[in-house]
Amino acid sequence: MDAIKHLINVLCTPKIMFTVLLGTFFFVFPPTDKLYAINRKLKINLLWTKRGGVALFTSLLVFFGFGLTDPNFRLIVTKADNVPIVGLMFLTAFFLWFSMYQASANDQNLAEGKKPNEHADAQEKVLVWPDLVYVEFICLLLASALLIVWSIMLKAPLEEPANPTVSPNPSKAPWYFLGLQEMLVYFDPWIAGVLFPTVIILGIMAIPYVDNNKAGQGYYSFAGRKMAVSIFLFFWLVLWVFLIVVGTFLRGPNWNFFGPFEFWDIHKLEALTNINLSELVYMLVLKQRLPENILLREIFGFITVFSYFVIAPAILAKTWFKKIYAELGPLRYSIFTVLLLMSISLPIKMYLRWFFNIKYIIAIPEFFFNI
Amino acid sequence: MAEAPQQPKKSLWENVQETQLWQSIFRTGVPVTRRQRMMVVLNNVFLHLHPVRLPKHAVKIKYTWCMGGLSFFVFLVLTITGILLMFYYRPTVEYAYGDIVDLGEQVPLGIMREIHRWGAHLMVITVWLHMFRVFMTGSYKPPREFNWVIGVVLLVLTMLLSFTGYLLPWDQLAIWAITVGSNMAGAVPFVGASGPGSALLSIGDVNFIHSASDARFALLGGRFVGEGALLRFYVLHCIGLPFVIMIFMIVHFWRVRKDGGISGPT
Repeated sequence: MDAIKHLINVLCTPKIMFTVLLGTFFFVFPPTDKLYAINRKLKINLLWTKRGGVALFTSLLVFFGFGLTDPNFRLIVTKADNVPIVGLMFLTAFFLWFSMYQASANDQNLAEGKKPNEHADAQEKVLVWPDLVYVEFICLLLASALLIVWSIMLKAPLEEPANPTVSPNPSKAPWYFLGLQEMLVYFDPWIAGVLFPTVIILGIMAIPYVDNNKAGQGYYSFAGRKMAVSIFLFFWLVLWVFLIVVGTFLRGPNWNFFGPFEFWDIHKLEALTNINLSELVYMLVLKQRLPENILLREIFGFITVFSYFVIAPAILAKTWFKKIYAELGPLRYSIFTVLLLMSISLPIKMYLRWFFNIKYIIAIPEFFFNI
Repeated sequence: MAEAPQQPKKSLWENVQETQLWQSIFRTGVPVTRRQRMMVVLNNVFLHLHPVRLPKHAVKIKYTWCMGGLSFFVFLVLTITGILLMFYYRPTVEYAYGDIVDLGEQVPLGIMREIHRWGAHLMVITVWLHMFRVFMTGSYKPPREFNWVIGVVLLVLTMLLSFTGYLLPWDQLAIWAITVGSNMAGAVPFVGASGPGSALLSIGDVNFIHSASDARFALLGGRFVGEGALLRFYVLHCIGLPFVIMIFMIVHFWRVRKDGGISGPT
């Protein structure tokens, strides 16, 4: 038993779990035809059948059932304010399955030259009273019942009175911002807390203007809009829900990482031996002192960032993204690649930190300008 | 003398429906006929959010998940419970915490705070799932692009409402979560004291942007989360943000209708 728990703890370390997620994600939600073919070959799409759904839920339930036998797991999962996040996990899993289930049925229909399942219904008109009003009323009653039962069962937590001199460890932002707080590990506040949220908001707003694919409007589908769905789900599931779950359940005192069955030891030490890119290049590779001039010191960082955001999109347009460039045109393509590269910079920074201990690509603490 | 023709006896219910009072309120009567069912939607300001007729797929839970409607419903629940809570709660450092304690201990049948808090969590989740559904059905595609943008604004406002409400209980969780969150405002480029470029906005040795003049200070009304922040967050939470979110909701609902109603396969 302890061995299993220990194994899960190890598997849950960000390095391993994130790599596994990245490695499997694009096979489960393939963005390209090639990956889609592999997905079919490996029969991963069986996940989106009724049987697949049952399997998915059973494994989730078994994990939670098993987890709840452990005091450390129970302590954190049953904390009143964490209940909605457990709910979010199950709801996300359910609705993900539910939408993909309908999407694969429709994909099948379209592949056979038939219309999506919604089509037959859409031909028939019904009256709002009573058909819709009735459905809404039932939803409303169920939601009210849920809220009332939830409120009676679970007292709203209230901690000690506010005390500006005693800061709790860990201090966590509200749960829906924990993805941003998790990014703070890898980026400075001006990026993780200001630039990224702004870009995320603008990026979500830009979706309908960047995605000019006409297919798949008004019904669930996947095959006709693989790239869009895959990227969206990557953001939503991995960079949003997953990071929230990590931030809530697996981040303990000093924002150290703790496995789901690990005791939150306040004295857990994690060595911080991070260096900046400039130090790596000048001191470790060139074996000399850092130059006095800031621009000269950070020149390699500037080159890296410039080539990442300017040269890389241009090269991609001629190579891998040739087809996308042709479909989107220069303006849409630029917005798309910059947004994409910016989001990929998070995993890149994670891996640079985990495997090369690199803290900043550009480090100008004199002006609080660190990337 | 001829007998009066036998009138069928009216039930109480029918009598009530014939009164002037009843008919002045419910113009269409009980919606039984097709015509009445259409009129009831047209005549009622709330039901008139809906069209009269819909394609059948649009009333199915498996298509809509009802998440948009639920978000609105939970918003209404939060408004009502919020108003009730405002009767008991005073947004000052001196009283805030004690008022919350009293809410739990002194107010009979007091689950308003629970409903408000769990409802707030629920609304964030329903709004996210609504966005998820709209994405998966490709409903953001033309002609509905702009309504998606409005929806994103509503999503942000929902989280800001939740964020401002987080501070009000004035317990340890509240002030430290807001401290973590609002520190970000100090990191805004140029206008945050610890953001990049803030040192550039200066004349000689005089900095324009410092911890008592930056974006974080404007948000908190002070250098740290204290009296000023509590009042600001209270006003934003109870008046400011609800006002703004209502306007965007009106536009959102209006645009659903104007952009061709609920999405569907063509």
